Amino acid sequence: MYPHTDHQTDQPVLDVRGLNVRYDGRSALEEITFHLHAGERVAVVGPNGAGKSTLFKVVAGVLTPDRGEVRVYGSGPGGHVCIGYVPQRSQVDWHFPVSVADVVMMGRIAKLGWLGWPRKRDWELVRGALATVGMSALFGRQIGELSGGQQQRMFIARALAQEAELMLMDEPLTGLDTPSQEALLALLGELQRKGVTVMVATHDLQQAAVYFDRVMLLNRRIVAFGPAGQVLQPEVLVQAYGNRLRVANGGTIAVMDTCCEGDEHDHAH
Amino acid sequence: MTTLIDWLITPLSYAFMQRGLVAAVLVGIVCAVVGTYVVLRSMAFFGDALAHTLLPGVALGYLVSGGAREPLFWWALGTSVLASLGIGAITRSARIKEDTAIGIIFAGMFALGIAIISTVRSYAVDLSHFLFGDVLGVSSRSLVLMAIFGGLVLLIILAFYKEFLTISFDPVLARTLRLPVNLLNNLLLVLIAVTVAVSMQTVGVALMVAMLVTPAATASLLTRRLPYMMVLAASMASLSGLIGLYASYYWGITSGSAIVLTATLFFLVVFLFRRHKQ
Repeated sequence: MYPHTDHQTDQPVLDVRGLNVRYDGRSALEEITFHLHAGERVAVVGPNGAGKSTLFKVVAGVLTPDRGEVRVYGSGPGGHVCIGYVPQRSQVDWHFPVSVADVVMMGRIAKLGWLGWPRKRDWELVRGALATVGMSALFGRQIGELSGGQQQRMFIARALAQEAELMLMDEPLTGLDTPSQEALLALLGELQRKGVTVMVATHDLQQAAVYFDRVMLLNRRIVAFGPAGQVLQPEVLVQAYGNRLRVANGGTIAVMDTCCEGDEHDHAH
Repeated sequence: MTTLIDWLITPLSYAFMQRGLVAAVLVGIVCAVVGTYVVLRSMAFFGDALAHTLLPGVALGYLVSGGAREPLFWWALGTSVLASLGIGAITRSARIKEDTAIGIIFAGMFALGIAIISTVRSYAVDLSHFLFGDVLGVSSRSLVLMAIFGGLVLLIILAFYKEFLTISFDPVLARTLRLPVNLLNNLLLVLIAVTVAVSMQTVGVALMVAMLVTPAATASLLTRRLPYMMVLAASMASLSGLIGLYASYYWGITSGSAIVLTATLFFLVVFLFRRHKQ
């Protein structure tokens, strides 16, 4: 167990072909095909229920697709431990009796192997990862005492300690105040310098346009995938968002998600 | 002072009391350490059901062996391991809600156990021992088995510490790290089952859940780190076991009730103390 597949470095980091997923009897993802290059930053946008979380779980190898395949460096995701998944903060039990360092060290366990305990190098990687996300001082802090932005950065540190080469972040910006969002977005640049490929699900079309190399517009199928300037156009967006899209005077685009998480109003120019 | 020491020491000249002492401390430690995961994973109802479910197995063994106590450990172990995996499998099928499924199995099996025991003439006494424990009646052979299996449980919890921690805190991470999550979940169920079998004679099946949940819950009020939580819970549980043992010896209180009442008292004191501090 703890499988380890070698990377074929001439292959794309991520190569997804003809993915189809059904969930509770209805189609969640249809004919998803795309590939990512090393070090790319990709934003995944789309209305609630578009299948963003489902796509991430399939790419992470946590969910098996009904049809199609996912290849990470040339082989299926199930053999790779280089995929870091940053969960939505609402999915985490923040009362769990662990410290920041405990959580970040969890990223190391595949490398430690069965019956292995953390060694000096593992602690160095954990400290280094926390330093990268600017949380060295919070090493021993109980996770329930962290702010929203710190919680999110702790999970990125965990993915760094895991030595993840592909990082999947499910709505990391949701519910954060503006300074925390900016700190997190700045961190994405840091990850790119480290050669980490990043896929981020987000509701914020403006941030998607500014901070990411490419934008994937998802609504069960890929509506558009390319540079922000091409994808974030009213006539493209309307295909995914339908009548939830508002174009105000002066070209400001606003998306109203009417679903579950209160009043979400996302803006882009 | 000397009278207190006499009061504590004198009973220990009896071999049954020495065995009871070891049993009470051992059960306290194993239950509390495993119970930490029961509390963190919200499995209290599962633990309660599992303990009750092993009654028919023990009752059957009791009939088959003609009232002998030693073989009962094996009957308890077999029944609880089977029941834990059975309940685990049923709760994974989505047809019936998990707690409903557990409730049905739990009550049905418990009723079957009572029915079997009630066919025996001396049933009131024997039933009370199964339900509420008899720490003063632990034989040396039972104690050896309890020590072996209890030790094994602790060893496995220690050996797979990081894996159990990860599947409990973040199952999705565990899957992206390619841990065999289902296997580990089942292993944890089996460990709870073995713990229940080890503790059966000391606390009895009816109050077992208290030993799994109460010391761990008390510890969770005092610390926010898992290793400390385990150590604190184990200390309080074995202290409860000791106090229960003496209560059993001096006042003839059923050991299970005495141990659980002590553990509950610990919880109440800590709970009120924490509230007062806030």
